[in-house]
Amino acid sequence: MTEYNFAYLDEQTKRMIRRAILKGLAIPGYQVPFASREMPMPYGWGTGGVQVSAAVLTPKDTFKVIDQGADDTTNAVSIRTFFQRTAGVATTTATSDATVIQTRHRIPEEPLHEGQILVYQVPIPEPLRFLEPRESETRKMHSLEEYGLMHVKLYEDISRHGHIATSYAYPVKVEGRYVTDPSPIPKFDNPKLGDMAAIQLFGAGREQRIYALPPYTQVVSLDFQDHPFEASKADHPCGMCGATDSYLDELIIDDAGGRMFVCSDTDYCEARQAAGHKGKDAA
Amino acid sequence: MYVAVKGGERAIENAHAWLAEERRGNTDIAELSIAQIREQLSLAVNRVMAEGSLYDPDLAALAIKQARGDLIEAIFLIRAYRTTLPRFGASEPVDTGIMACDRRISATFKDLPGGQVLGPTFDYTHRLLDFKLAADGEVPKAPSRGAETGTVPHVTEFLNREGLIEEAPHDDTPPPDLTREPLEMPAERALRLQALTRADEGFTLGLAYSTQRGYGRNHAFVGELRIGSVPVEMDIPELGFAVEIGEVILTECETVNQFTGSKTEPPQFTRGYGLVFGQTERKAISMALVDRALRWEELGEDNVGAPAQDAEFVLYHADNIQATGFLEHIKLPHYVDFQSELELVRKLRREAGAQQVQEAAE
Repeated sequence: MTEYNFAYLDEQTKRMIRRAILKGLAIPGYQVPFASREMPMPYGWGTGGVQVSAAVLTPKDTFKVIDQGADDTTNAVSIRTFFQRTAGVATTTATSDATVIQTRHRIPEEPLHEGQILVYQVPIPEPLRFLEPRESETRKMHSLEEYGLMHVKLYEDISRHGHIATSYAYPVKVEGRYVTDPSPIPKFDNPKLGDMAAIQLFGAGREQRIYALPPYTQVVSLDFQDHPFEASKADHPCGMCGATDSYLDELIIDDAGGRMFVCSDTDYCEARQAAGHKGKDAA
Repeated sequence: MYVAVKGGERAIENAHAWLAEERRGNTDIAELSIAQIREQLSLAVNRVMAEGSLYDPDLAALAIKQARGDLIEAIFLIRAYRTTLPRFGASEPVDTGIMACDRRISATFKDLPGGQVLGPTFDYTHRLLDFKLAADGEVPKAPSRGAETGTVPHVTEFLNREGLIEEAPHDDTPPPDLTREPLEMPAERALRLQALTRADEGFTLGLAYSTQRGYGRNHAFVGELRIGSVPVEMDIPELGFAVEIGEVILTECETVNQFTGSKTEPPQFTRGYGLVFGQTERKAISMALVDRALRWEELGEDNVGAPAQDAEFVLYHADNIQATGFLEHIKLPHYVDFQSELELVRKLRREAGAQQVQEAAE
């Protein structure tokens, strides 16, 4: 692939993306339109995240890619290989060793540190989209801080179900201003968004939007005083490493529907096992 | 068991190897050459160039070969390649008035200056499978005559002289560039046309058809349809003048639409416009109809709520590369979100069950 520029995109395109990122960092939670390019992977498969990663990667970076918390899911493998090929950067699966982490649907369990960048792949950046399909309307609603519709939706959930019936992509308010979509992470991960030491960048390729959370930004999950936000997960310890504080995947292990629960963050789970922690299903 | 979800890397490599084998098919059969695809599947090549927004018949043919004939996949390959190309500059606007027409028809006049030229069209063929082609593709030589030279006037100009059709005022504002700026609403006509020319042919056809069946009806006549090559000129700063850098084949369609007038406009004919790379007339006509439907606001027409009148709906959903990517991404693992939904549904069911038991007891 020698005929392509470092990290695939040409420098002018990267510059355009960096400007959008800087604007995003300056206005936390605001969706910055950017001229998303066609990438060699399909829209909806992480092109926003890939473009953001391409714009921030330097030859000295160490890159990690996770999908569903795992380094070895097929699309994570595909994106990691893409940057190995086009940027020649070092890659890792260890969360703490990575300088840039691209993720889909999860925030790593291990707290991130200063100097790290977490890049999210975002399918629908507009938190109001399923309440109002028109972009011209939702942009107006953001600029007027008109979020009543969202509160009504959450209230209706409570009156119908007794709970807010949103379990992932749970909307947040950033620095008391913009209602923002955290990408489809489970709401279990929402509390990690706020006050994070790392830079968080969100890229939506098909929808042509970038937004960002600078380090230590205030991020509040929307809720009501009498129905406070609750981060939830399967009520089990990890079957492999015994962790009780991690988000779990449920695996069906036999024809009788037997299940086991394991950490979705593969690096976290493996590190714990290597340190001698053992769950009830560990061999 | 846990090990079973690992090994994505090897699975991908093996899948790619198998795909390459399937693409080639039975090796006892001669391999297709790029030139064969370019010459004998030229309408597929044209569609890939048009929706890929890159005029290069050889690359389009290569993309079709690589994509096993899946045209949207081929368009995707071209678009991704296009991303990597540096932008040297922009050409001068092409002049379709000097098009060397292979085909030029008007449905609104029996005859007209420049004449009706059918050209290589399927229009009056009987769609009978030609079994001779299965055995032998040789064709007798078609009769020919020298090319017409000089300009071919546009039909709408004749109508314009009488003031019967709306003016299309000359405008030198550089058009926005959809491939360099994000699409933002409201979109002006130049931007809409740009989006439509690379829009999915099927989607555009469906929308255009819906206007014919009454969803935003604006009865369209094909004022003119022309297909042919036009020179492309580019201004070279070092020279100080424009030089011809090549030719492209274009299909241009101008529709003349009924219009009984509105609050702001007098009764007159109105225009819809389609311009597409290559011989792509279904697409160009569809584009013109959709363009006209999207113009309801500037013509002071009522919005009847038809899909083809809704610029946000049309423009945000017309790109097949965006659409297919997002559609197919639901094949990717979503088990983390699904897990959180499982927890939620279980919780809601538990509570609903408890409530029913309680109600029954009462």
